[in-house]
Parts: sequence; structure tokens; C-alpha cells
Amino acid sequence: MRNYEVTFIVDPVLSGDEIKATAQKYVDQLQESGASIVHVDEMGLRQLAYEINKRHSGYYYCVEFQSDATAYLTSLELNMRRDERLLRFLTIALDKYGVKYNADKREGLIGKTKKKSKATADLNTGAAAPVAAAPKPKIVKAQPPQPDNLKRIEGIGPKIAEVLKAANVDSFVKLAAMTPDQIKDLLNAAGDRFSFQDPTTWPAQSEMAAQGEWDKLKKWQDELKGGKVVTAASKDEEE
Amino acid sequence: MAASRDDIKFLSNPNIGQQRKKYCRFRKFGIKYIDYKDSDFLLQFVNDQGKVLPRRITGNSLKYQRRVATAVKRARHLALLPYLTDLLK
Repeated sequence: MRNYEVTFIVDPVLSGDEIKATAQKYVDQLQESGASIVHVDEMGLRQLAYEINKRHSGYYYCVEFQSDATAYLTSLELNMRRDERLLRFLTIALDKYGVKYNADKREGLIGKTKKKSKATADLNTGAAAPVAAAPKPKIVKAQPPQPDNLKRIEGIGPKIAEVLKAANVDSFVKLAAMTPDQIKDLLNAAGDRFSFQDPTTWPAQSEMAAQGEWDKLKKWQDELKGGKVVTAASKDEEE
Repeated sequence: MAASRDDIKFLSNPNIGQQRKKYCRFRKFGIKYIDYKDSDFLLQFVNDQGKVLPRRITGNSLKYQRRVATAVKRARHLALLPYLTDLLK
């Protein structure tokens, strides 16, 4: 069972009835030859891209049909060629993707997604509507509370942030509440490589961060080197 | 460290100069059939004179470029697209 599609253009100068009669003639001829008509698409009056027989517009029809025997196609095309009321015709065989495409198009599944989400429910099939609707509620849903980015504290890199997170210190507020000694104990417990870090300033920094005073924090961080407060003595040496 | 990692930014994007990755839109989105009756869609693959655009411009794979070309030629036969014009777009 192969699917075929014949598209033809009827002369527009004919009256509406004559146009329909012409199209109907070929549909009937197909049915008599043993084809089952899948769909007749009246594409309507369209502007031609170039003039044919001195005409600038034409009435388009597209007939999709299914059949096994194909001997009648040559005689069908011959009749179309001889008919003065047809300007052009084109018969093609549809592969399975073409058949699916046409079926989807009739259902309204083909088209820009914008249209699908705006269109009312009666136009859409069940598949199209939820796809378009799903993204919207996702965005509206509140963001889950995320742990603060402790790396913004000078002196805390990715590894130390992990250690703190494991110890359930995942927000600036919590870090601000700890004393430097507590933090040092934490670091020592996590491993030797962390012992040389000096967390003296971390609680103060995280307090600023917790209150959202990022400008103040940044200014201070520019003064700090590696999170350590530069003593007055060494500062003099540098100058 | 004088500044935390978040503050280090390059003055110009290190990725500058890299072209957008070209891909075949039919393979990427799984479009298997190109309808010759859809002239609005086919206009994407045709230049302003109505000529079919080359594959290196459109980024299509060979298989789909050929299908696009046959679809354009069918559309031209049915006067849905012109054979030759100016100022098509």
C-alpha cells in the first residue's frame, strides 16, 4: 500500500463551481481506479511565483491517496495534461516520513511551539499542550534554598568549602557565628593540609556577606592577603 | 591571593574568535520530511535571488541538503517559489 500525493493548480478565471467541479472530477477518477482517498486539501487561491499561461494566481488542490496498483497513474496524468483548466500538476510518492508528516499536520502537531501554547485546548491534541505548559510552571516554582557560596570569603577555596559543607556549615550566617578556633578545629579534623590556613578573619567576612554588604567585603578583601590581616609592620616593609 | 576567584575577569573574552558551531538542523531536531508545499520554510534555504543556498552556508548534512534541493525544485515547478527573481527577501 503506497501513499501518493498529487498537487494541481486549477485556472482561477473559472467560476467557483467550475473549479470545484474540476477538482472533483479527478478525485472521482482516482476513486474509480481503485485508490482510497486519504485527504483532499483545498489550499485555495494563491499568488503564483511567476506567471503561467498569463495568469498570476491559481487555485491549489492537494489530494493524498493510497493504492496498490499504479497503472492508472499514467492515464490520470495524461488527462490532467490534456485538461485546459489545469495549469500545473505534480504527482509524488510519499515515503513513510512524508505520510507521518501529513498525518501530524492534519492533527495540528506541526507548527511553531508558540502557537501551541497560546492555542485553545480544542485545537491541540493531548501531546502538544502539556509539552508547552510544562516549562512555565517550572519557572514559577520557587527556587529551592541554595547553600551560600562560601568561596566568596577570602581564604576559602573549593576544598575548604567542601569541608565546611560536610560539617554542615553551609551559610554565611553559620560561619559568622563560629569563632576562629572552632573553625581551626574543623580544619584540623579534616586534614593536615588545611592546618596552615588562618581563619581569623573568616567569621568577620562571613558576617558582612550574610548581611549582604558585598562592597564593604570586597574593599576589605583587597586589603587582606589570603584572608590574613596584614600587620602594620609588614605593611611598612612593603612601602 | 589578592582577589577572590570570582573577581578575576578577563578584559576580553578568551573565547572570542571561535565561530558558532554549525550543525544540520534536520539531524539535530529529528526532522525527517521536508514538505515542498511549505514555501515559507523553504525560503530559509534560498537566497534573495531564489537560488538554493550551498551546504557550507546552511550547515545541512548532505542527505538533507539533497532533500531540501528537491523540495525547492518541486516548489518551483508548482510556482510556490520562483525560478529566478530579485528582491525575494
